[in-house]
This record gives sequence, structure tokens and C-alpha cells, in this order.
Amino acid sequence: MATDIITALTDSTFDEAVASSTEPLLVDFWAEWCGPCKLIAPVLEQIATENAGALRIAKVDVDQNQQIARRFDVMSIPTLILFKDGIPQLRVVGAKGKGQLLEELKAFL
Amino acid sequence: MSEVRDVVIIGSGPAGLTAAIYTARANLRPLVIEGAPSSSSDQPGGQLMLTTEVENYPGFVNGIQGPELMANFRAQAARFGAELLTEKVTRVDLSAPPFGVWVGDDEFRARAVIVSTGARSLMLGLENERKLLGYGVSTCATCDGFFFRDQEIAVVGGGDSALEEALFLTKFATLVTVVHRRSELRASKIMQDRAFRNDRITFAWNSVVTDVLGDGLLRGITLRNTVTGEESELPVGGLFVAIGHVPNTDLFTGQLDMDDAGYLITEAGSTRTNVPGVFASGDVQDHVYRQAITAAGSGCMAAIDAERWLEAQPEQAIEMATPTNW
Repeated sequence: MATDIITALTDSTFDEAVASSTEPLLVDFWAEWCGPCKLIAPVLEQIATENAGALRIAKVDVDQNQQIARRFDVMSIPTLILFKDGIPQLRVVGAKGKGQLLEELKAFL
Repeated sequence: MSEVRDVVIIGSGPAGLTAAIYTARANLRPLVIEGAPSSSSDQPGGQLMLTTEVENYPGFVNGIQGPELMANFRAQAARFGAELLTEKVTRVDLSAPPFGVWVGDDEFRARAVIVSTGARSLMLGLENERKLLGYGVSTCATCDGFFFRDQEIAVVGGGDSALEEALFLTKFATLVTVVHRRSELRASKIMQDRAFRNDRITFAWNSVVTDVLGDGLLRGITLRNTVTGEESELPVGGLFVAIGHVPNTDLFTGQLDMDDAGYLITEAGSTRTNVPGVFASGDVQDHVYRQAITAAGSGCMAAIDAERWLEAQPEQAIEMATPTNW
């Protein structure tokens, strides 16, 4: 589900991406079988486009990248974790509408 | 926003989308306000978005995945020109036509409204259940079953939803305990047979959940036996609740007649509510049948009721889509 604006991260590329991101990085943990994950995909794309420069969004397919999912205790999808300066600052569990998501991300944009 | 539409449909499950197909084909150019993404059942596409295989929807010999079925409904509605808005309605004013339907500050006006907001899953209502959502407590078995591989799980409920979830979860869990407050299930016979025959499913009969245990991570639930009063603790790593549904009618309190459980009241044999020009279809007005196929049938009825009602209004002429702009 990666697009141009949302990069797909893997167990091997994750740490580098998080460490090197100058803007806050929102990581979307998802999987192919997860309906609600697919529902928020277009919402996240919109948010990424509208906030380019202030926020980066990336995705991790938990089915293929179980190490990263386990490291962050992801046990429900979708789970969104916002990293700032490499540290998790916010965690959102469950699909949400655009308005609600922006409300949660407000403080970090 | 100042344009008055013929029809606005609130909700996009089988009822709403069938109403969309029929009203679109009647040249009523419906706007469907689908709902906002969510991990519980009130989301675009409705309750079937959280299921896997749907075996009992007629026309699909070998079954079809719930999300795929709803994607088909949606594509069909779009094909005939239904406009789809993936937002949640925040307020309505049904006092007089043209009716007002708001998404935040955005206002839509319509001569007829079809309410098909469906029903959402009930939670236990326990504080720790809420706190542990995402940390062992889940509202979506199909999304999260994966994370409970080789663990023991509890599914609360006694109907088809509970057994479907339990059976699905046996793909991952070593043991699924179905916790039911009575000694008999209300699920369909075929689902009961499958559950009883499954080695990984066990039952805690006459049991209600009194608490959800865990600090930061689910570790178990406490049960009370409704017959003996005895309390016990069941260690589990995952908890899924499938105890029933509540209709999504908060928007209509004080505006549309509803029964004690919150279901909208419609005139027998029709989808007419107490407000002329407002129609209700699907689970939002049905707590007897509650199937995708009955919801779809009801959505069709609402479209036809709405179309006939609009035609009967003296002052409005229904604009037929004419090919003048081809």
C-alpha cells in the first residue's frame, strides 16, 4: 500500500528512517487482511500531502515485519505511532476519521 | 451547500448502498454520507467490513469476503452516479423539509432523507476494557487475530457474531473460550455445530464478565457464574466482545420516533418514519432479522418509498437528468 508520499518501511530499514527523519514521522502499522487499515489509507495519504514538510508518514506491514511490530507492542491494527527525534510520542489505536486524526496530531504539526 | 438535493442517504452499509443504487437509477442523484473510518462496526461499509467470509448472502455460491461484498455495493452505487462522501454526519434537522444534514460546518439540504446508519457493536462497558483497547482487547477479530497466535483468547457472546469470531480465531489461538451468560446459544444451528466440533473452542456457560484485568496489557478476565454466583478468573491474552448491537440513532433523538432500545420506528410494511420525507432502512430500524440481505431489501424499499413520496409532492418538480450537457 506504499505510494509516492508514504514510504514502506521494513524490519531492516525502520531504524534508519526513524533516526534520519527531520520532521515528525507517523508510522502506520497495517496488514493486508485489515479492513479498517485500508479505510484509513486514503486519509493518511491526504494528511501526508497536505502537511508535507511538517509531517512524514510511513507504513509498516506487520505481516512481513513482525520484529518491528513486536518491538513496539503492536497488537491491534491499525496502530499509528508518531516518532519525533526518534522517540515515540503518540500512539493511536484503531481507525479514525480525518478530523479525529488531525485533532490528535495537532500538537506535533 | 445551498443546493437542495432530492435525496441524502446517511450510512453506507447494505441498506444505504442499495438505496443509493435505486435512487441513482431513478435519477434522484443521491448523496451518500458514508461515515468515517473506524475499527468498530460503524464505518463506511457497515458491519460486514469486520467479517471475513459471508456465506449466506444469496448469489454467492462459494461465499464472498465481507469487505469485498461492500466494495461491490459501493462500486455499483458509484456506477449509477451516486455521490459518496466518506464523512460522519454530526447533526440533522428534520423539523421540516428541506431537511438539514451537517458534517461539521458543512450543511447539506435534501427534500428526502434515507436513514441507514445501522448498528454498532456493544462493548461490556467496563473501564479497564476501554483502557486495554489495543492492548489485548480488540473490536476487530479479523484485524487482530494475528497477534494472538499461540495464546488463549476469550470471546464474549452467544450469537452468530460471537461464534464466527471464535471460529476465525482458532486459526491463531491455542484455546478460545466462548463466554456466554446463559446455558444455550442463540446462534444459528450450523454455527453451533461447527463451534461444538472445534477442538480449540471451549465454553464458559452461565457466565458474565465482571472485570477485565491487566495493567498496560490484558492478562485475564473475571467471571461470575449467573447460577451459582461463583467468581473465577480466566487468564487470557486476548478479549473480543460480541454481545450484540445498539442502533446508531443518537443523531435522531427527539426528532424521529424510536423504541425503548433506540431502534427507529417505521410504519409496518414500509420504511416511513414519523416524519414525512424521512425513511429508515436496515438495522437501524430492525432488531428482528438484521441480515445483510434484509438490510439490502429494506434499502430498496426506502428508495422506492422516497421516490414515490417525492413524486407526490405538489410544489417540487423532480429534475430528470437530461442529456443537454453531453
